[in-house]
Amino acid sequence: MIALLIRDLRLALRAGGGFGLGLAFFLIVTVLVPFSVGPQPELLGRIAAGVLWLGALLACLLSLDRLLALDYEDGTLDLLVTAPLPLEAVVSIKALAHWLTTGLPLVLAAPVLAVLLNLPPQGFAPLVISLALGTPALSVIGTFGAALTVGIKRGGLLLSLLVLPLYVPTLIFGAEAARRGAMGMQHDTYLIMLAGITFATIALMPFASAAVLRMGLR
Amino acid sequence: MSIWQYANPVKFLALSERVQPVLWVLAAASVITGLVWGFFGTPDDYRQGSTVKIIFIHVPSAMMAINAWVMMLVTSLIWLIRRHHVSALAAKAAAPVGMVMTVIALITGALWGQPMWGTWWAWDPRLTSFLILFLFYLGYIALWAAIEDPDTAADLTSILCLVGSVFALLSRYAVNFWNQGLHQGTSVPVATGGRTVDDTFFVPLLISMAGFVLLFLALVLYRTGTEIRTRRAAALLARAERNL
Amino acid sequence: MTLRVDNLTLARGGVPVLTGVSLTVEPGQALILRGPNGAGKTTLLRTITGLQPPLSGQITGAEDQIAYAGHADGLKAMLSVRENLMFWAQVFGRTDITAALDAYALHPLADRLAGTLSAGQKRRLGLARLLVTGRPIWILDEPTVSLDKDAVAQFAAAVRAHLGQGGSALMATHIDLGLEADVLDLTPFRAHASARAGASDEAFL
Repeated sequence: MIALLIRDLRLALRAGGGFGLGLAFFLIVTVLVPFSVGPQPELLGRIAAGVLWLGALLACLLSLDRLLALDYEDGTLDLLVTAPLPLEAVVSIKALAHWLTTGLPLVLAAPVLAVLLNLPPQGFAPLVISLALGTPALSVIGTFGAALTVGIKRGGLLLSLLVLPLYVPTLIFGAEAARRGAMGMQHDTYLIMLAGITFATIALMPFASAAVLRMGLR
Repeated sequence: MSIWQYANPVKFLALSERVQPVLWVLAAASVITGLVWGFFGTPDDYRQGSTVKIIFIHVPSAMMAINAWVMMLVTSLIWLIRRHHVSALAAKAAAPVGMVMTVIALITGALWGQPMWGTWWAWDPRLTSFLILFLFYLGYIALWAAIEDPDTAADLTSILCLVGSVFALLSRYAVNFWNQGLHQGTSVPVATGGRTVDDTFFVPLLISMAGFVLLFLALVLYRTGTEIRTRRAAALLARAERNL
Repeated sequence: MTLRVDNLTLARGGVPVLTGVSLTVEPGQALILRGPNGAGKTTLLRTITGLQPPLSGQITGAEDQIAYAGHADGLKAMLSVRENLMFWAQVFGRTDITAALDAYALHPLADRLAGTLSAGQKRRLGLARLLVTGRPIWILDEPTVSLDKDAVAQFAAAVRAHLGQGGSALMATHIDLGLEADVLDLTPFRAHASARAGASDEAFL
């Protein structure tokens, strides 16, 4: 299992692995926001938390279509099915590798980008905490979407169509926590709900992903 | 004699052919009765005027939008557990009908909401949930269309339907947290037996709802028949090609 | 471990292709499948490997014993030869890859990225992967594709050594490897198109 994680991380970091692409996308989206809504600091400060959450979510989506499709194309998935490693563990590790290479950098970059969007000072901690709690769910749910579309040629667009509705609860609780935090309001309930969704998806989604992957490989 | 004998596509087709004419007539009769009675046989509301009569389309279509998804959930489960093709194909057949019902509910809701609330659209929990439901229908239909092997498609869409149902419920709950709504409470509370609508509206509304249920059943039977015939043609073709 | 297949019926794309296939592969034995294109060799090998379910029939002795090599080698272009082999060794709970490098003369290439190898070199690496799994039953689908004469000899030697250690091999190939191998022709097992074999679309006929 460790070997698979290390391999995935190594592949992500090598040329063509796409590491940093999500991060760059996050940066560009954030930079484009003031161009589209105007540079007024109080407006930007009000929408900063929501914009950063949406940007992080889209950046997560960006690399999902490579998550399993590359391993499917070169036959690795077929060989992993015969390996003494349950498929549930394989998809969990894949999701973890995706989070480490995509989600975690986004969490770390968010406070820097929040400065660009004039996020109020009390909003930084809720933003980072909500992203840290929510992005693992995005990776795990995204792995399910990647497993659903693994055998489909040009499944990238379909993947977004399938995954985005599944992201709604995570986005609502995560962005709401960050938004309320930025306005200095009570936001613990939202963080707890967000954590609930994340832990539940981590516990349950790998079974759905593995089942779907077995069906798709047949 | 068990109900499962109709899981056989041929028997199902035979039964559905016999039932369909009756269903179509009943559906047409009750939809027309419900709507004509509703539109012309009920008084204008003292506050809402004639706008209130949208209720005779809005409530039944909203009900069927959700019921169609529930039906897809049940038939998907039957497919996953018992591997009856008819069940999977019925789920496939119901999805576009359910999606159209969702769109009708959204559009009639906007037409009703504009004079009442002064806006075509508000991010009210009920409205938002229906929009999310629409997205789920869209994804489900797109996944069916994208997979070539019909059995794999049935498997994958079934799981998507199960997982989607959980997330749709979760979204429904989440949007309640997120925004308190404008939308009135339910018009036909089944559980409590109480009513928020007057009898003069209630009877034609019930007839219209029954009509939408019958219409849905007739459409799904018809579409399932088409799916079964398509699969039959493909099966015959595949064998013919092997004999060459 | 003896691999035993009893009365197997297989479908491809919902249509039955093979019925009543029975075979056994004893330790130390190699069995070669023959048959024209589309006879169902790949389907049979994938089914025995456990990648797809049979319509009916029994497979025993395959669980956690099989190393499979299909048309794709499962190699990552951006990992070196050594890293690729090491990954598969670790997945199967092992760490020694020298024997595999030896068998296919991969030492000079060990630190090259797999993406820079030629088709034949990639295939050698894909076959070397079988050695690092430590699994006794090899299931090989056209293993000699894009191999030159020397590499085919290396492959034959590797199979011979594997059989000598009590391993076994089941393969689909058209090349004579000079092995002491039994041959099974799949043509007699071809399913007739009108056969009712339990294929999933039969309910519609």
